[in-house]
Amino acid sequence: MSDNLKQTPLVEIHKQLGARMTGFGGWEMPIQYSSIVAEHKAVRSNVGIFDLSHMGEIEIRGARALSLIQKLVTNDVSKLRNGRALYSPMCTESGGIVDDVLVYRFTASRYMLVVNASNIDKDCDWVHSHNKNGAEICNVSDETVLIALQGKNARTILQRLTDVDISTIDYFAFTEGKVDGIPVVISRTGYTGEVGFEIYVETNYGEEVWNTLHAATTSEGGEPIGLGARDTLRLEMKFCLYGNDIDESTTPLEAGLGWTVAFRKGEFIGSDALTRQNEEGIKRHLRGFKMLDRGIARSHHKVYHGNAPVGEVTSGAPSPSLGCNIGLAYLPTEWSKRHTSINVEIRGKRHPAEVVATPFYKSSN
Amino acid sequence: MFPAELKYMESHEWAKSEGDLITVGVSDYAQQEIQDIVYVELPEIGQKLEQKKEFAVIESVKAAFDIYAPASGEVVEINVELEDTPECINEDPYGAGWIIKIHLSNPGELDNLMSVDEYRAKIEAEAEA
Repeated sequence: MSDNLKQTPLVEIHKQLGARMTGFGGWEMPIQYSSIVAEHKAVRSNVGIFDLSHMGEIEIRGARALSLIQKLVTNDVSKLRNGRALYSPMCTESGGIVDDVLVYRFTASRYMLVVNASNIDKDCDWVHSHNKNGAEICNVSDETVLIALQGKNARTILQRLTDVDISTIDYFAFTEGKVDGIPVVISRTGYTGEVGFEIYVETNYGEEVWNTLHAATTSEGGEPIGLGARDTLRLEMKFCLYGNDIDESTTPLEAGLGWTVAFRKGEFIGSDALTRQNEEGIKRHLRGFKMLDRGIARSHHKVYHGNAPVGEVTSGAPSPSLGCNIGLAYLPTEWSKRHTSINVEIRGKRHPAEVVATPFYKSSN
Repeated sequence: MFPAELKYMESHEWAKSEGDLITVGVSDYAQQEIQDIVYVELPEIGQKLEQKKEFAVIESVKAAFDIYAPASGEVVEINVELEDTPECINEDPYGAGWIIKIHLSNPGELDNLMSVDEYRAKIEAEAEA
Protein backbone atom coordinates (compact mmCIF):
# COMPACT_ATOMS: atom_id res chain seq x y z
CA MET A 1 0.00 0.00 0.00
CA SER A 2 1.29 3.44 -0.89
CA ASP A 3 3.10 5.39 1.79
CA ASN A 4 1.04 8.45 0.96
CA LEU A 5 -2.17 6.96 2.32
CA LYS A 6 -3.33 8.03 5.77
CA GLN A 7 -4.32 5.36 8.26
CA THR A 8 -7.00 5.34 10.90
CA PRO A 9 -6.00 4.48 14.49
CA LEU A 10 -7.68 1.08 13.96
CA VAL A 11 -5.72 0.02 10.86
CA GLU A 12 -3.81 -2.79 12.61
CA ILE A 13 -7.04 -4.25 13.95
CA HIS A 14 -8.46 -4.44 10.41
CA LYS A 15 -5.35 -6.20 9.16
CA GLN A 16 -5.52 -8.70 12.03
CA LEU A 17 -9.15 -9.35 11.12
CA GLY A 18 -7.96 -10.26 7.63
CA ALA A 19 -9.44 -7.22 5.88
CA ARG A 20 -8.55 -6.51 2.28
CA MET A 21 -7.25 -2.93 2.35
CA THR A 22 -7.67 -0.30 -0.36
CA GLY A 23 -7.07 3.40 -0.96
CA PHE A 24 -10.18 5.53 -0.52
CA GLY A 25 -10.19 9.34 -0.44
CA GLY A 26 -6.50 9.33 0.51
CA TRP A 27 -6.96 6.73 3.27
CA GLU A 28 -5.94 3.09 3.60
CA MET A 29 -9.28 1.52 4.48
CA PRO A 30 -10.80 -1.97 4.75
CA ILE A 31 -12.80 -2.63 1.58
CA GLN A 32 -14.06 -5.98 2.87
CA TYR A 33 -13.40 -8.54 5.60
CA SER A 34 -15.36 -11.58 4.38
CA SER A 35 -17.30 -10.62 1.25
CA ILE A 36 -19.21 -7.52 0.21
CA VAL A 37 -22.44 -9.50 -0.25
CA ALA A 38 -22.16 -11.30 3.10
CA GLU A 39 -21.36 -8.06 4.91
CA HIS A 40 -24.20 -6.23 3.17
CA LYS A 41 -26.67 -8.94 4.19
CA ALA A 42 -25.36 -8.97 7.78
CA VAL A 43 -26.26 -5.27 8.13
CA ARG A 44 -29.69 -5.73 6.50
CA SER A 45 -30.63 -8.77 8.59
CA ASN A 46 -28.62 -8.42 11.81
CA VAL A 47 -25.84 -5.95 12.62
CA GLY A 48 -22.46 -4.73 11.42
CA ILE A 49 -19.65 -2.60 12.83
CA PHE A 50 -17.74 -0.03 10.74
CA ASP A 51 -14.57 2.00 11.29
CA LEU A 52 -15.34 5.47 9.91
CA SER A 53 -12.39 7.24 11.52
CA HIS A 54 -11.32 8.54 8.12
CA MET A 55 -14.26 10.97 8.30
CA GLY A 56 -13.37 14.47 9.51
CA GLU A 57 -14.67 16.36 12.52
CA ILE A 58 -14.47 20.14 12.71
CA GLU A 59 -15.58 21.85 15.94
CA ILE A 60 -16.91 25.38 15.73
CA ARG A 61 -17.37 27.26 18.98
CA GLY A 62 -18.16 30.65 20.40
CA ALA A 63 -20.88 33.28 20.21
CA ARG A 64 -20.42 33.59 16.44
CA ALA A 65 -20.44 29.85 15.73
CA LEU A 66 -24.09 29.64 14.70
CA SER A 67 -23.96 32.62 12.35
CA LEU A 68 -20.87 31.18 10.65
CA ILE A 69 -22.46 27.75 10.15
CA GLN A 70 -25.72 29.32 8.94
CA LYS A 71 -23.71 31.08 6.26
CA LEU A 72 -21.79 27.91 5.31
CA VAL A 73 -24.56 25.34 4.98
CA THR A 74 -27.86 25.34 3.08
CA ASN A 75 -30.01 23.74 5.80
CA ASP A 76 -31.34 25.72 8.77
CA VAL A 77 -29.12 25.05 11.78
CA SER A 78 -31.10 27.50 13.96
CA LYS A 79 -33.80 24.80 14.13
CA LEU A 80 -31.48 22.48 16.06
CA ARG A 81 -31.88 21.99 19.78
CA ASN A 82 -29.00 20.80 21.96
CA GLY A 83 -28.35 17.14 21.24
CA ARG A 84 -29.70 17.23 17.68
CA ALA A 85 -27.99 16.92 14.34
CA LEU A 86 -28.91 17.61 10.75
CA TYR A 87 -27.65 16.75 7.29
CA SER A 88 -26.72 19.57 4.93
CA PRO A 89 -24.81 20.37 1.80
CA MET A 90 -22.25 23.16 2.02
CA CYS A 91 -22.23 25.10 -1.27
CA THR A 92 -20.15 27.47 -3.34
CA GLU A 93 -21.53 30.85 -4.44
CA SER A 94 -22.72 29.19 -7.65
CA GLY A 95 -24.60 26.50 -5.73
CA GLY A 96 -22.17 23.63 -6.38
CA ILE A 97 -21.60 21.28 -3.47
CA VAL A 98 -18.31 21.79 -1.56
CA ASP A 99 -19.20 18.87 0.71
CA ASP A 100 -22.17 17.23 2.39
CA VAL A 101 -21.90 17.29 6.17
CA LEU A 102 -23.62 16.49 9.43
CA VAL A 103 -23.99 19.43 11.82
CA TYR A 104 -24.21 18.54 15.52
CA ARG A 105 -25.37 21.06 18.11
CA PHE A 106 -23.91 20.36 21.57
CA THR A 107 -24.83 23.80 22.97
CA ALA A 108 -25.79 27.17 21.54
CA SER A 109 -22.09 27.99 21.27
CA ARG A 110 -20.61 24.57 20.41
CA TYR A 111 -21.15 22.72 17.13
CA MET A 112 -19.40 19.95 15.22
CA LEU A 113 -19.31 19.40 11.46
CA VAL A 114 -18.68 15.85 10.29
CA VAL A 115 -17.18 15.94 6.81
CA ASN A 116 -16.03 13.52 4.13
CA ALA A 117 -12.52 12.10 4.46
CA SER A 118 -11.34 13.32 1.08
CA ASN A 119 -12.54 16.86 1.84
CA ILE A 120 -11.11 17.48 5.32
CA ASP A 121 -8.38 19.93 4.25
CA LYS A 122 -10.57 21.64 1.65
CA ASP A 123 -13.41 22.05 4.14
CA CYS A 124 -11.15 23.41 6.90
CA ASP A 125 -9.79 26.02 4.48
CA TRP A 126 -13.31 26.84 3.32
CA VAL A 127 -14.64 27.25 6.88
CA HIS A 128 -11.65 29.38 7.91
CA SER A 129 -11.91 31.60 4.83
CA HIS A 130 -15.51 32.54 5.72
CA ASN A 131 -14.86 33.08 9.41
CA LYS A 132 -14.98 36.90 9.54
CA ASN A 133 -16.32 37.30 13.08
CA GLY A 134 -13.95 35.21 15.17
CA ALA A 135 -15.65 31.87 15.73
CA GLU A 136 -13.22 29.27 17.12
CA ILE A 137 -12.53 26.55 14.55
CA CYS A 138 -10.75 23.37 15.48
CA ASN A 139 -10.06 20.36 13.26
CA VAL A 140 -10.33 17.45 15.71
CA SER A 141 -10.29 14.71 13.05
CA ASP A 142 -7.04 13.16 14.27
CA GLU A 143 -8.26 13.10 17.86
CA THR A 144 -11.51 11.37 16.96
CA VAL A 145 -12.30 7.75 16.21
CA LEU A 146 -15.73 7.14 14.66
CA ILE A 147 -17.31 3.70 14.87
CA ALA A 148 -20.73 2.89 13.41
CA LEU A 149 -23.00 0.11 14.57
CA GLN A 150 -25.77 -0.47 12.03
CA GLY A 151 -28.59 -2.99 11.78
CA LYS A 152 -31.68 -4.00 13.71
CA ASN A 153 -29.66 -5.59 16.53
CA ALA A 154 -27.50 -2.49 17.04
CA ARG A 155 -29.81 -1.22 19.79
CA THR A 156 -29.67 -4.38 21.88
CA ILE A 157 -25.91 -4.65 21.58
CA LEU A 158 -25.23 -1.04 22.45
CA GLN A 159 -27.70 -0.97 25.34
CA ARG A 160 -25.79 -3.76 27.09
CA LEU A 161 -22.61 -1.66 27.03
CA THR A 162 -23.83 1.80 27.98
CA ASP A 163 -25.40 3.68 30.88
CA VAL A 164 -27.48 5.76 28.46
CA ASP A 165 -31.08 4.66 27.80
CA ILE A 166 -30.67 4.48 24.06
CA SER A 167 -34.38 3.99 23.40
CA THR A 168 -34.65 7.72 24.20
CA ILE A 169 -32.28 8.71 21.36
CA ASP A 170 -34.42 9.73 18.39
CA TYR A 171 -33.29 9.61 14.77
CA PHE A 172 -30.75 12.42 14.23
CA ALA A 173 -30.38 12.94 17.99
CA PHE A 174 -27.26 12.28 20.03
CA THR A 175 -26.10 12.19 23.60
CA GLU A 176 -22.87 12.14 25.57
CA GLY A 177 -22.49 8.97 27.60
CA LYS A 178 -20.19 6.04 28.23
CA VAL A 179 -19.55 2.79 26.42
CA ASP A 180 -17.88 0.26 28.68
CA GLY A 181 -16.93 3.15 31.00
CA ILE A 182 -15.30 5.26 28.28
CA PRO A 183 -16.76 8.69 27.44
CA VAL A 184 -18.32 8.78 23.95
CA VAL A 185 -20.88 10.62 21.86
CA ILE A 186 -23.66 8.29 20.73
CA SER A 187 -25.51 9.55 17.66
CA ARG A 188 -28.49 7.85 16.04
CA THR A 189 -27.38 8.40 12.50
CA GLY A 190 -26.02 6.29 9.70
CA TYR A 191 -25.50 5.69 6.00
CA THR A 192 -27.18 2.31 5.58
CA GLY A 193 -30.95 2.83 5.94
CA GLU A 194 -31.03 0.56 8.99
CA VAL A 195 -31.44 1.53 12.63
CA GLY A 196 -28.00 2.36 13.86
CA PHE A 197 -25.59 4.49 15.79
CA GLU A 198 -22.42 6.41 15.13
CA ILE A 199 -20.13 6.55 18.13
CA TYR A 200 -17.47 9.24 18.48
CA VAL A 201 -14.62 8.53 20.87
CA GLU A 202 -11.28 10.10 21.64
CA THR A 203 -8.53 8.43 19.61
CA ASN A 204 -6.70 7.15 22.73
CA TYR A 205 -9.73 5.00 23.60
CA GLY A 206 -10.60 4.06 20.03
CA GLU A 207 -9.15 0.55 20.06
CA GLU A 208 -10.74 -0.28 23.38
CA VAL A 209 -14.20 0.83 22.28
CA TRP A 210 -13.83 -0.94 18.90
CA ASN A 211 -12.78 -4.17 20.63
CA THR A 212 -15.74 -4.03 23.02
CA LEU A 213 -18.27 -3.26 20.28
CA HIS A 214 -16.69 -5.73 17.85
CA ALA A 215 -16.86 -8.56 20.40
CA ALA A 216 -20.50 -7.74 21.17
CA THR A 217 -21.30 -7.59 17.46
CA THR A 218 -19.73 -10.92 16.56
CA SER A 219 -21.31 -12.61 19.59
CA GLU A 220 -24.68 -11.68 18.01
CA GLY A 221 -23.59 -13.12 14.68
CA GLY A 222 -22.77 -9.69 13.24
CA GLU A 223 -19.63 -8.76 11.31
CA PRO A 224 -17.17 -5.95 10.68
CA ILE A 225 -18.18 -4.16 7.47
CA GLY A 226 -15.85 -2.70 4.86
CA LEU A 227 -16.31 0.20 2.48
CA GLY A 228 -17.52 -2.13 -0.29
CA ALA A 229 -20.71 -3.03 1.56
CA ARG A 230 -20.99 0.51 2.92
CA ASP A 231 -21.24 1.62 -0.72
CA THR A 232 -23.91 -0.91 -1.75
CA LEU A 233 -25.90 -0.22 1.43
CA ARG A 234 -25.92 3.54 0.85
CA LEU A 235 -26.67 3.14 -2.87
CA GLU A 236 -29.81 1.09 -2.12
CA MET A 237 -30.98 4.09 -0.04
CA LYS A 238 -29.94 6.66 -2.69
CA PHE A 239 -27.70 8.32 -0.11
CA CYS A 240 -25.29 10.47 -2.13
CA LEU A 241 -21.57 9.71 -2.21
CA TYR A 242 -19.47 12.85 -2.49
CA GLY A 243 -17.20 12.71 -5.52
CA ASN A 244 -19.56 10.30 -7.33
CA ASP A 245 -23.11 11.60 -7.12
CA ILE A 246 -22.44 15.13 -5.92
CA ASP A 247 -19.55 17.56 -6.27
CA GLU A 248 -18.93 21.22 -7.06
CA SER A 249 -20.52 20.80 -10.52
CA THR A 250 -23.86 19.62 -9.08
CA THR A 251 -26.32 21.50 -6.88
CA PRO A 252 -28.44 20.17 -4.01
CA LEU A 253 -31.59 20.87 -6.06
CA GLU A 254 -30.32 18.70 -8.94
CA ALA A 255 -29.28 15.96 -6.51
CA GLY A 256 -32.75 15.67 -5.00
CA LEU A 257 -31.58 17.34 -1.80
CA GLY A 258 -33.99 20.28 -2.08
CA TRP A 259 -35.32 19.41 1.38
CA THR A 260 -31.94 20.48 2.81
CA VAL A 261 -32.05 23.95 1.22
CA ALA A 262 -33.68 26.40 3.63
CA PHE A 263 -34.46 29.27 1.25
CA ARG A 264 -36.29 31.16 3.97
CA LYS A 265 -33.54 31.17 6.59
CA GLY A 266 -31.83 34.23 5.08
CA GLU A 267 -28.71 34.64 3.01
CA PHE A 268 -26.14 31.83 2.86
CA ILE A 269 -23.34 30.94 0.47
CA GLY A 270 -25.03 29.82 -2.72
CA SER A 271 -28.50 31.13 -1.80
CA ASP A 272 -28.72 33.48 -4.77
CA ALA A 273 -27.70 30.84 -7.30
CA LEU A 274 -29.97 28.20 -5.78
CA THR A 275 -32.93 30.60 -5.63
CA ARG A 276 -32.37 31.41 -9.29
CA GLN A 277 -32.14 27.73 -10.23
CA ASN A 278 -35.29 27.00 -8.27
CA GLU A 279 -37.19 29.80 -10.03
CA GLU A 280 -35.90 29.02 -13.51
CA GLY A 281 -36.61 25.33 -13.07
CA ILE A 282 -34.24 22.48 -12.35
CA LYS A 283 -33.06 21.06 -15.67
CA ARG A 284 -31.62 17.73 -14.51
CA HIS A 285 -32.32 15.41 -11.62
CA LEU A 286 -30.37 12.65 -9.90
CA ARG A 287 -32.56 9.61 -10.42
CA GLY A 288 -32.46 5.96 -9.58
CA PHE A 289 -32.69 3.35 -12.33
CA LYS A 290 -32.93 -0.40 -12.50
CA MET A 291 -31.24 -2.44 -15.23
CA LEU A 292 -33.69 -4.61 -17.18
CA ASP A 293 -31.08 -7.16 -18.27
CA ARG A 294 -27.89 -8.57 -16.72
CA GLY A 295 -25.82 -5.48 -17.51
CA ILE A 296 -24.17 -3.73 -14.56
CA ALA A 297 -24.03 0.06 -14.80
CA ARG A 298 -20.93 1.68 -13.31
CA SER A 299 -19.87 5.25 -12.64
CA HIS A 300 -19.27 7.27 -15.89
CA HIS A 301 -21.19 4.90 -18.19
CA LYS A 302 -23.19 6.96 -20.70
CA VAL A 303 -26.98 7.06 -20.53
CA TYR A 304 -29.18 7.31 -23.64
CA HIS A 305 -32.84 7.93 -24.30
CA GLY A 306 -33.45 6.45 -27.73
CA ASN A 307 -30.31 7.46 -29.58
CA ALA A 308 -29.82 10.72 -27.71
CA PRO A 309 -27.14 10.88 -25.01
CA VAL A 310 -28.91 12.26 -21.93
CA GLY A 311 -26.54 11.76 -19.02
CA GLU A 312 -23.96 9.72 -17.19
CA VAL A 313 -24.12 7.12 -14.44
CA THR A 314 -22.77 8.49 -11.13
CA SER A 315 -23.01 5.25 -9.11
CA GLY A 316 -23.98 1.74 -10.10
CA ALA A 317 -23.75 -1.79 -8.70
CA PRO A 318 -25.60 -5.02 -8.19
CA SER A 319 -28.03 -4.60 -5.30
CA PRO A 320 -27.49 -7.49 -2.88
CA SER A 321 -30.86 -6.86 -1.19
CA LEU A 322 -32.93 -6.63 -4.38
CA GLY A 323 -31.08 -9.09 -6.59
CA CYS A 324 -31.02 -6.70 -9.54
CA ASN A 325 -28.57 -4.11 -10.83
CA ILE A 326 -29.22 -0.51 -9.89
CA GLY A 327 -27.68 2.90 -10.39
CA LEU A 328 -27.97 6.66 -10.20
CA ALA A 329 -27.69 9.19 -13.03
CA TYR A 330 -28.47 12.83 -13.68
CA LEU A 331 -31.29 12.92 -16.24
CA PRO A 332 -32.93 15.87 -18.02
CA THR A 333 -36.34 16.73 -16.54
CA GLU A 334 -38.26 15.32 -19.52
CA TRP A 335 -36.58 11.90 -19.16
CA SER A 336 -36.50 11.77 -15.38
CA LYS A 337 -40.01 10.49 -14.68
CA ARG A 338 -40.59 7.10 -13.15
CA HIS A 339 -40.95 4.23 -15.69
CA THR A 340 -39.03 6.18 -18.36
CA SER A 341 -37.04 3.78 -20.53
CA ILE A 342 -33.35 4.59 -20.81
CA ASN A 343 -30.27 2.71 -22.04
CA VAL A 344 -26.91 2.43 -20.35
CA GLU A 345 -23.87 1.93 -22.57
CA ILE A 346 -21.66 -0.77 -21.10
CA ARG A 347 -18.49 -1.64 -23.05
CA GLY A 348 -19.96 -0.30 -26.28
CA LYS A 349 -23.30 -2.05 -25.97
CA ARG A 350 -26.60 -0.46 -24.90
CA HIS A 351 -28.49 -2.17 -22.10
CA PRO A 352 -32.12 -1.34 -21.24
CA ALA A 353 -32.96 0.26 -17.91
CA GLU A 354 -35.91 2.00 -16.32
CA VAL A 355 -36.19 5.03 -14.04
CA VAL A 356 -37.57 3.87 -10.68
CA ALA A 357 -38.62 5.36 -7.35
CA THR A 358 -36.02 5.76 -4.63
CA PRO A 359 -34.95 4.67 -2.12
CA PHE A 360 -34.53 1.38 -3.94
CA TYR A 361 -34.73 -0.45 -0.63
CA LYS A 362 -37.02 0.11 2.34
CA SER A 363 -36.00 -1.29 5.69
CA SER A 364 -38.71 -3.20 7.52
CA ASN A 365 -37.31 -2.01 10.89
CA MET B 1 -3.93 -23.78 -5.02
CA PHE B 2 -2.10 -23.58 -8.38
CA PRO B 3 -2.32 -26.91 -10.25
CA ALA B 4 1.08 -27.93 -11.65
CA GLU B 5 -0.27 -29.16 -15.01
CA LEU B 6 -1.58 -25.71 -16.01
CA LYS B 7 0.13 -22.80 -17.74
CA TYR B 8 -0.46 -19.28 -16.42
CA MET B 9 -0.57 -15.70 -17.68
CA GLU B 10 0.73 -12.59 -15.92
CA SER B 11 -2.88 -11.40 -15.91
CA HIS B 12 -3.86 -14.53 -13.90
CA GLU B 13 -5.61 -16.68 -16.51
CA TRP B 14 -4.78 -20.40 -16.70
CA ALA B 15 -4.70 -22.68 -19.74
CA LYS B 16 -5.00 -26.44 -19.75
CA SER B 17 -3.68 -28.02 -22.89
CA GLU B 18 -5.41 -31.02 -24.56
CA GLY B 19 -3.96 -31.57 -28.04
CA ASP B 20 -4.73 -28.48 -30.13
CA LEU B 21 -7.39 -27.33 -27.64
CA ILE B 22 -6.97 -25.36 -24.44
CA THR B 23 -9.47 -24.86 -21.63
CA VAL B 24 -9.20 -21.40 -20.09
CA GLY B 25 -10.12 -19.99 -16.69
CA VAL B 26 -8.81 -17.65 -14.03
CA SER B 27 -6.53 -18.66 -11.17
CA ASP B 28 -7.48 -19.05 -7.56
CA TYR B 29 -5.48 -15.89 -6.85
CA ALA B 30 -7.56 -13.98 -9.43
CA GLN B 31 -10.91 -15.16 -8.07
CA GLN B 32 -9.85 -14.14 -4.56
CA GLU B 33 -8.86 -10.71 -5.82
CA ILE B 34 -12.09 -10.28 -7.79
CA GLN B 35 -14.40 -11.72 -5.07
CA ASP B 36 -18.21 -11.95 -5.20
CA ILE B 37 -18.51 -12.68 -8.94
CA VAL B 38 -21.99 -11.72 -10.16
CA TYR B 39 -21.73 -11.72 -13.94
CA VAL B 40 -19.56 -13.08 -16.74
CA GLU B 41 -19.75 -11.63 -20.24
CA LEU B 42 -18.76 -14.54 -22.50
CA PRO B 43 -17.55 -14.45 -26.10
CA GLU B 44 -19.49 -16.26 -28.84
CA ILE B 45 -18.64 -19.65 -30.24
CA GLY B 46 -16.67 -19.18 -33.44
CA GLN B 47 -15.16 -15.90 -32.29
CA LYS B 48 -11.48 -15.54 -33.21
CA LEU B 49 -9.21 -14.61 -30.33
CA GLU B 50 -5.74 -13.16 -30.27
CA GLN B 51 -3.22 -14.00 -27.58
CA LYS B 52 -3.15 -11.42 -24.76
CA LYS B 53 -6.28 -9.66 -26.05
CA GLU B 54 -9.40 -9.49 -23.87
CA PHE B 55 -12.17 -11.96 -24.66
CA ALA B 56 -14.46 -11.86 -21.61
CA VAL B 57 -15.38 -9.67 -18.67
CA ILE B 58 -15.92 -10.82 -15.11
CA GLU B 59 -17.93 -8.47 -12.92
CA SER B 60 -17.92 -8.49 -9.14
CA VAL B 61 -20.16 -6.40 -6.92
CA LYS B 62 -17.47 -3.76 -6.95
CA ALA B 63 -15.95 -3.67 -10.46
CA ALA B 64 -15.46 -5.17 -13.93
CA PHE B 65 -12.32 -7.14 -14.85
CA ASP B 66 -11.08 -7.93 -18.38
CA ILE B 67 -10.00 -11.50 -19.05
CA TYR B 68 -7.22 -12.14 -21.62
CA ALA B 69 -6.69 -15.00 -24.05
CA PRO B 70 -3.71 -17.24 -23.20
CA ALA B 71 -3.31 -18.08 -26.92
CA SER B 72 -4.77 -17.23 -30.33
CA GLY B 73 -7.46 -19.35 -31.91
CA GLU B 74 -11.18 -19.90 -32.23
CA VAL B 75 -13.71 -20.23 -29.40
CA VAL B 76 -15.16 -23.74 -29.73
CA GLU B 77 -16.99 -24.01 -26.43
CA ILE B 78 -18.20 -21.60 -23.74
CA ASN B 79 -19.23 -22.48 -20.20
CA VAL B 80 -22.93 -21.57 -20.42
CA GLU B 81 -23.39 -22.57 -16.77
CA LEU B 82 -21.66 -19.29 -15.87
CA GLU B 83 -24.66 -17.32 -17.15
CA ASP B 84 -26.73 -18.50 -14.20
CA THR B 85 -24.04 -19.42 -11.71
CA PRO B 86 -21.09 -17.05 -12.21
CA GLU B 87 -20.09 -17.73 -8.59
CA CYS B 88 -18.72 -21.11 -9.85
CA ILE B 89 -15.54 -19.18 -10.62
CA ASN B 90 -15.17 -18.24 -6.95
CA GLU B 91 -16.04 -21.71 -5.75
CA ASP B 92 -14.12 -23.87 -8.23
CA PRO B 93 -11.84 -21.79 -10.48
CA TYR B 94 -10.06 -24.79 -12.04
CA GLY B 95 -13.15 -27.02 -12.41
CA ALA B 96 -16.76 -25.87 -12.73
CA GLY B 97 -15.52 -22.29 -13.14
CA TRP B 98 -13.77 -22.85 -16.50
CA ILE B 99 -14.69 -20.14 -19.01
CA ILE B 100 -14.00 -21.19 -22.63
CA LYS B 101 -12.21 -23.71 -24.84
CA ILE B 102 -10.04 -22.44 -27.67
CA HIS B 103 -8.97 -24.32 -30.80
CA LEU B 104 -5.38 -23.09 -31.14
CA SER B 105 -4.20 -21.50 -34.36
CA ASN B 106 -0.58 -21.45 -33.20
CA PRO B 107 0.12 -23.98 -30.41
CA GLY B 108 3.68 -22.64 -30.14
CA GLU B 109 2.27 -19.58 -28.34
CA LEU B 110 1.79 -21.71 -25.22
CA ASP B 111 5.56 -21.50 -24.74
CA ASN B 112 5.07 -17.80 -23.85
CA LEU B 113 3.04 -18.73 -20.79
CA MET B 114 4.38 -19.28 -17.28
CA SER B 115 4.90 -22.57 -15.53
CA VAL B 116 3.34 -22.99 -12.10
CA ASP B 117 6.69 -22.24 -10.43
CA GLU B 118 7.14 -19.05 -12.40
CA TYR B 119 3.58 -17.99 -11.66
CA ARG B 120 3.89 -18.69 -7.96
CA ALA B 121 7.15 -16.73 -7.82
CA LYS B 122 5.47 -13.79 -9.54
CA ILE B 123 2.60 -13.73 -7.04
CA GLU B 124 4.96 -13.96 -4.09
CA ALA B 125 7.03 -11.12 -5.50
CA GLU B 126 3.87 -9.00 -5.90
CA ALA B 127 2.80 -9.75 -2.33
CA GLU B 128 6.16 -8.52 -1.04
CA ALA B 129 6.16 -5.36 -3.16
